[in-house]
Amino acid sequence: MPKVTFGSALQRHVQVPALAVNAKTVRAALEAVFRDHPLMRGYVLDDQSHLRKHMLVFVDGVAIKDRKMLAEPVTPHSDILVVQSLSGG
Amino acid sequence: MSLKVLAATRKGLFTLARTGKAAAPWVIERSDFLADNVSVVLHDRRSGKLYAALDHGHFGVKMHVSDGPGAAWTEQPAPAYPPKPETCEDKDMWGVPLPWSTVRVWGLETGGPKERGVLWCGTIPGGLFRSHDHGASWQMVSALWNDPKRTQWMGGGADLPGIHSICVDPRDTNTIRIGVSTGGIWETRDAGRTWINDNTGMWQDHAPEEHRLNPNGQDAHRLVQCPGQPDRMWIQHHNGIFRSDDAGKVWHECAAKPSSFGFAVAVHPQDGDTAWFIPEIKDEKRIPSDGHFVVTRTRDGGKTFDVLHKGLPKEPSYDIVYRHALDISADGNSLAMGSTTGGLWVSDDQGDTWTAAAARLPPVYAVRWMEG
Repeated sequence: MPKVTFGSALQRHVQVPALAVNAKTVRAALEAVFRDHPLMRGYVLDDQSHLRKHMLVFVDGVAIKDRKMLAEPVTPHSDILVVQSLSGG
Repeated sequence: MSLKVLAATRKGLFTLARTGKAAAPWVIERSDFLADNVSVVLHDRRSGKLYAALDHGHFGVKMHVSDGPGAAWTEQPAPAYPPKPETCEDKDMWGVPLPWSTVRVWGLETGGPKERGVLWCGTIPGGLFRSHDHGASWQMVSALWNDPKRTQWMGGGADLPGIHSICVDPRDTNTIRIGVSTGGIWETRDAGRTWINDNTGMWQDHAPEEHRLNPNGQDAHRLVQCPGQPDRMWIQHHNGIFRSDDAGKVWHECAAKPSSFGFAVAVHPQDGDTAWFIPEIKDEKRIPSDGHFVVTRTRDGGKTFDVLHKGLPKEPSYDIVYRHALDISADGNSLAMGSTTGGLWVSDDQGDTWTAAAARLPPVYAVRWMEG
């Protein structure tokens, strides 16, 4: 199953361990995590469930481009990393 | 009963208290959310609860609640906008696309004394929300958001329009008036189901002639209502100081020296003729006139203004007091204000004299008196 990991800047606010989830897209993987950790959702997604402006999601080291639908596919062996982007100095 | 000051700042929420009885020095008694941006704080006198709105920037707006001073904070859901229809193209007066997402909590007030658990929350980019359960959930006031005139709002105090002032009428808590920057003053008499925006008398000198009197284009910086004389309301407006004697229907301009421009206003809770302002040079230079940081006070409904400076810095000072950073105590005697350069002053004699309670806070966004 793909593994979802949240960066340390996010962990400061909501502690969520790295989790293996059953999912075939980035969206499905994140939603699976948010079901058990609902507070994390608002830190990663905005009110329209789009990726927040200053958030990045990497799938196996490649930043996703579909920030609205999060429809990129993931494999059972994918590592999904959610981090904040560098901005603001 | 002692009075404390809550200061919401760019780098945390601070509680300031005296070290002893009257005239004792003020100290920072407690700090919460250190290094985080706290845009608004509210002490609910009905329940004793404290509410803090945090703006994490990258991670969005968050709401936290505690059962009272010293109690642990818990994160609760922040007000959230409804799903934006795919076909909806929502832009403000300038044509700037409006996100359907809470960008900032800009106003937070309690409902009426008997409406335990009711809170009202104004946000950027213009959504008003109501909670009936101490902030555990929020419902958008959809009639206001869906009003076609709402799309004529525009950014004033921020890049996007927003609701910064919420006045719940003490005579009828279904009657609520809000201040919008920019969008003027809006009133509901049925707890948000219908709204009107037809106040007159305000004008803005920076707009084309055809738009100067448009009630929906007014840049109200801050709106307050006198609890003991609810027909008396005050606005610190972009274009000056305005007073209403009929709960916001008609507004009368008042002229103060050294300036009628500013952001904050406080009204005495029983005497609506008495109000305080913090003057700045308008528009091009947002600093106190001649670097002289003062407070102005009227006791006659805006006919005359006292200039209050005793205890405020004698040296050149460039402090700005934001719209939520001036507050008056429930008894009407004590004032507190915090500045963009981290100064915080209190007065126990209605502004005649001031004491520096802190000099090196982070930039102050909002202050509130808290009895405790």
